Amino acid sequence: MIDFLSAHAEIIITLIKIVLLLFIVLTVNAYLTWFERKVVAHMQSRWGPHRVGPHGLLQPLADGAKFLLKEDPTPAGVDKFVYFLAPLLALGLALTSIAVIPFGPDPIRVLGHQVYLYIANPSIGLLVLFAITALGVYGVALAGWSSNSKYPLLGSLRSSAQMISYELALTLSVVGVLLMANSFNLTEIINAQSHPAWGVGILGWNIFSGPFPQILGFFCFFIAAIAETNRVPFDLAEAESELVAGFHTEYSSFKFAMFFIAEYTSMITVSCLCSILFFGGWLSPFPQSWTFTYYLPSLLLIPSGLWVIWDGIRYETIWGRLILPGIGTVIALLGLALALPQLQFVNVFIQGPFWLLGKILVFLFVYVWMRGTLPRFRYDQLMAFGWKLLLPVSIANVVLTAFFVLLRSNP
Amino acid sequence: MTTVETPIGTAKTMVLNMGPQHPSTHGVLRIALELDGETVVKAVPDLGYLHTGIEKSCEDKTYSQAITLTDRMDYLNPLGNNLVYCLAVEKLLGLEVPKRAQYVRVMLVELQRISSHLVWLGTHAIDLGAMSVFLYCFREREEILKIFELFAGQRMMTSYFRIGGLALEPPAGWRAAIDKFLKMMPSRVDDYETLLTKNRIWMGRTQGIGYISTEDAVALSMTGPTLRASGLAYDNRKLFPYSSYEEFEFDVPTRTDSDCFGRYMVRVAEMRESLKIVRQAFDKIADQGPIRSEAPGIVPPAREKMKTEMEALIYHFKIFTEGFAPPPGEAFVAVESPRGELGCFVASDGSAKPLRVHFRSPSFINLQALPKLTEGQLISDVVACIGTIDIVLGEVDR
Repeated sequence: MIDFLSAHAEIIITLIKIVLLLFIVLTVNAYLTWFERKVVAHMQSRWGPHRVGPHGLLQPLADGAKFLLKEDPTPAGVDKFVYFLAPLLALGLALTSIAVIPFGPDPIRVLGHQVYLYIANPSIGLLVLFAITALGVYGVALAGWSSNSKYPLLGSLRSSAQMISYELALTLSVVGVLLMANSFNLTEIINAQSHPAWGVGILGWNIFSGPFPQILGFFCFFIAAIAETNRVPFDLAEAESELVAGFHTEYSSFKFAMFFIAEYTSMITVSCLCSILFFGGWLSPFPQSWTFTYYLPSLLLIPSGLWVIWDGIRYETIWGRLILPGIGTVIALLGLALALPQLQFVNVFIQGPFWLLGKILVFLFVYVWMRGTLPRFRYDQLMAFGWKLLLPVSIANVVLTAFFVLLRSNP
Repeated sequence: MTTVETPIGTAKTMVLNMGPQHPSTHGVLRIALELDGETVVKAVPDLGYLHTGIEKSCEDKTYSQAITLTDRMDYLNPLGNNLVYCLAVEKLLGLEVPKRAQYVRVMLVELQRISSHLVWLGTHAIDLGAMSVFLYCFREREEILKIFELFAGQRMMTSYFRIGGLALEPPAGWRAAIDKFLKMMPSRVDDYETLLTKNRIWMGRTQGIGYISTEDAVALSMTGPTLRASGLAYDNRKLFPYSSYEEFEFDVPTRTDSDCFGRYMVRVAEMRESLKIVRQAFDKIADQGPIRSEAPGIVPPAREKMKTEMEALIYHFKIFTEGFAPPPGEAFVAVESPRGELGCFVASDGSAKPLRVHFRSPSFINLQALPKLTEGQLISDVVACIGTIDIVLGEVDR
């Protein structure tokens, strides 16, 4: 048994990592819906979910249970195989794309094995990722086509056209980054950003540094990525005021949940990519010599833990008063533990993931913020915007970056 | 059932059934759309899903009882409906309403106009994807409904106006409530404009969409903000003043762009004008004075009189058992509702119940323009056009 395990250690570790990552991503997904509902609610002077659990913290669980238990009728006249395949495809592809994203620089040593914070690290990581997300259009197109209904058909037509046209701008907008990093590998793209001017971390990020700062590239990428993930203001496919629910009108129960999870997973992927490609991934924005910034996680965790305790003891329900201070204590103790000199190595290790997650959270917030603010584009305006503005700008960005990269290498 | 005929087999177009259960047909409007891709070739509105028979029911009520039915017609403008019906019956009776009651009527109707425009703005914005505006608008509408509750004890189906005046004396504390609202509201209107007016996406979605020329609008007898956005300053409050509107100073906002954006701008400007009118009425309303005209046999007597005078007691009994009988004849009154010219025709045969009550409802007539506005445009624009016509299905079908 031991022999078997050690002989196949690589595979077993990868399998465990996959299960762990799936668990984490799905949980994050669930709480992303909570986060979105809360943030949008507070922007709209509402409370958001607050009935299930303190501050509605158990709402995602309740929603999950509801999705599982709802009746799941299959409408008459659907193409059964394709109708079932579409949500599987959407969710499967969305989850697969997370596999190539590195979450931290250093490996953990477990029983003599190096465990890296990614599942796969292909040298063409970014290409693989784009290939997988590009396939995501099939989920939408097939769902709309197989439903045998007019609203989903219109929705999926819109969305297929949209995803295919924005794919171009999306891929072209990262070419600048690739030229500067000289690699398709996501880890190497981050490492290429770790040589900042004057040692100030933030100046090394692609958006501010290099032969040609990728500000244009970033905006093209982020806009195209929002369109690619079908979110406001590009959520035409599911524009509920026009097409009822777009391509997933005929889906209910868990099949609907699969589309839902796929959408939120691709939001996370896009936020990861934004931080990795343009904002230095796991790199800290501060000068490397500022070692005291290593205490930032503690500095963040302790006050927020204390705040949760303070909020918890004043909470209106008894469950809130019991649970919230407990959670707060755990958070605060975690922060304290990280500040201990004995646990210095843990603290150093989590710096990478800490910054990456922080950046991801900012982008997720921007997503939600846009949802609370912007009206929706019209189909033809969206296409015009993609082809007439985004595409030329991203091509210009490629040409300019290439020119400056060439200028630097052959002065 | 309205159907759109398409040749089967050779058809290049698709028929899409929009409504009656659809998120943005503002109720139970059904539109049969013939689509070429996403372009609308033909749009046929189909009505009658909310027919309530209000006009007919009025014929079986006494003149006073029918007031409560009018509330339910245009449910975003119940006080306006009360007003037009009361004015028509008062015209039939030749009744003069005390100034104090007239000012209160003007003030409440203008608040109602703001609340109706708020619902319109919110739903129109959410149709075009701007979700937050919807909730902001309803937050402010809530304040107006609280004021109505203070006055009438009801938030929506107020029935506060009676033939000859008002149902009740304005409640204690009404001045504070309205003053608070008047101070809050202007900055809130600015907030909506910040989110929408100069927003590029909003402009793209509304400018040039749903164009209708002044001639076409007049030919279709459109009224209200929809007509004023096409460049004609037609407003019953200015042209045919009623309920002392001639004593108030306000502008009639017009635009010449004749599209969805113009209609949006006109309605936002109207909210500001209404605030001006409410402020003026607020200052004009005296603290003391009659709220009902002196018309024994028609207007119920005051409580104290009933306890001291026998005639008053008899009148009270007669009004609430058999009602009152206006002289035979007919009367028509038109007011400016938030949606346009709301007219009321009342015919009397000399009995205590009206012979015929008919409402000229602006929603119904403005809705006729829908095919003209939408044909040749995209399916997304249909939603924008329905929104800016501002229909209330309860009033369309009556």
